Amino acid sequence: MPWKRPLSGLYFSGWSVSRFEVMSGSVEMEVQSDDSPMPAAPKSWMRNAMERSGPFCLPDFDHRPGALHSVLGQIQVQFLFRRNDIGRSKAEVAANFINNRIPGVNVTPHFCKIQDKDEDFYRQFHVVVCGLDSVPARRWMNGMLHSLIEYDDDNTPITGTNIPLVDGGTEGLKGNARVILTGTSACIECTLGLYPPQVTYPLCTIANTPRLPEHCIEYVKIIQWPKENPYQCEIDGDDPAHLCWIHEKSVERASHFGITGVDYKLVQGVVKNIIPAVASTNASIAAVCANEVFKLATGVCKPLNDYVVLNQSDGVYTFAFANEKREDCLVCGRKANILNIKEDAKLEELISKLCQDDGARMKNPGLTTNVNGKQMTLYIATVPSIERQTRPNLKKTLTELGLVNGAEIVVADETSPMSMTFKLNFI
Amino acid sequence: MIKLFSLKQQKKEGEACPKQGTQKKATAAQLRITKDLNELNLPKTCDTEFPDANDLLNFKLIISPDEGFYKGGRFVFSFKVGPNYPHEPPKVKCETSIYHPNIDLEGNVCLNILREDWKPVLTVNSIIYGLQYLFLEPNPEDPLNKEAADVLQNNRRMFEQNVMKAMRGGYVGTQYFERCLK
Ligand SMILES: [Zn+2]
Repeated sequence: MPWKRPLSGLYFSGWSVSRFEVMSGSVEMEVQSDDSPMPAAPKSWMRNAMERSGPFCLPDFDHRPGALHSVLGQIQVQFLFRRNDIGRSKAEVAANFINNRIPGVNVTPHFCKIQDKDEDFYRQFHVVVCGLDSVPARRWMNGMLHSLIEYDDDNTPITGTNIPLVDGGTEGLKGNARVILTGTSACIECTLGLYPPQVTYPLCTIANTPRLPEHCIEYVKIIQWPKENPYQCEIDGDDPAHLCWIHEKSVERASHFGITGVDYKLVQGVVKNIIPAVASTNASIAAVCANEVFKLATGVCKPLNDYVVLNQSDGVYTFAFANEKREDCLVCGRKANILNIKEDAKLEELISKLCQDDGARMKNPGLTTNVNGKQMTLYIATVPSIERQTRPNLKKTLTELGLVNGAEIVVADETSPMSMTFKLNFI
Repeated sequence: MIKLFSLKQQKKEGEACPKQGTQKKATAAQLRITKDLNELNLPKTCDTEFPDANDLLNFKLIISPDEGFYKGGRFVFSFKVGPNYPHEPPKVKCETSIYHPNIDLEGNVCLNILREDWKPVLTVNSIIYGLQYLFLEPNPEDPLNKEAADVLQNNRRMFEQNVMKAMRGGYVGTQYFERCLK
């Protein structure tokens, strides 16, 4: 089973001969376990600080000055951060630390979302290593790297355009790592079923027959917040004021139903879906990832094929296996079919070409594309309100629609179990 | 074995050749929703409305039941398909004020496949059929609007009258409902 938590600290988004690029979206740190000698208050407080995403900032710390030193002491021993780092971005601090510590290494920090960078940014790397904190972020990176692959005339990936993805994740004492040779091995999307779904409770249970403290918190989160809208915005799991409000209302609701066990920590856990990170798991998985990058870069040994699990929750268990690539995968199963067509052809001619007996023999193809970075619906016949809006497109030429030579159009049709991609080739 | 570095080097030398157009590729969610919508097979009581045909991720569903308690009404649901679709279900809300045991006054809908029983193999069509079923068989066992559920359980006639009152526009108890009769 894969886990959703990130590797310790930052994630390496890209890697090249003498250069690391480090991006930080969220940082997860080890949190002392409950039986540790650390007093309770600073522990939860350190946890709050560590679970924040974005840069460290003073307000996390200043209202409990007594604990500041010891907490930073803890962090300092295990990780990359110092007291003067408060207020700086984690990516920057980590990059500096590595640059200073290992001569000849040059790490460039980026403090932004992975989605803020475009194709050109990712194309420059030899390997991408991910320790991301969520399934959507993994899917995004997976989709991005697969979209960079260029195919030759035989529909095989052109070497050099397929950037390998090394992905690691941990959840508590469990972890996993995998190597995705993009275009060749099973991708994140192929194995999406492996990811555990988010825990959800039936809405009616939450609303009327709550039994667990989680039910009460979910109620406040899903129903009471939008209704009362105390801060005129969406819930921000990093905003203590929001969490306090949810905590207060959840306690009220829980006492009404005679439920105990709602505390601030649980509220935070439910709202942000937090599972504590453990440094030793993170270190093991990070080591596997680093090892795989070394193998990919030097070619001294075959890379992992293609998935390894590590479970330390009951003894130590590890196992490696190969995932199967799905032929109908929406991301890596997409082969761009070439569609030869005249530059001045109208959209309706393109559609009839798709339906021709000597073509793809489609029935009711729905067509979308992307023009200048914006999603565009070319024509969908089966949905009346879309059909009305897109009907004028039929009489327009491909050029008028903004389609250029080499543009890709996505075609859905009942004759195929998945959407197909066609690359326009003007003749 | 992949020879990463030599290949990148080659690329650099060949960089004089014209750069390929950087067309953004459709995301997995967009590919999937395109497929879902193209295969939409609506019952005759349902219709969809896309405010912007280029945005397939946000649309409305209109249900006009032709039998049952809600016959003659017109109910609008908003669908928001997130970037993580189909790993996560779309967010569906009822925009019409409705007197219904499984839909509350804020428009939250209690339908298992919208939350705990969602599976990536399900489609927009599955949700539409699920919603349509809620109008034919309101379920008082798992209520979101508890008062409405109690009435349905204890006095079907009264429930029927209350639904009618609400659809015509007016008060049921202290709660005001907007008219939604066609
Ligand atoms: Zn795949």
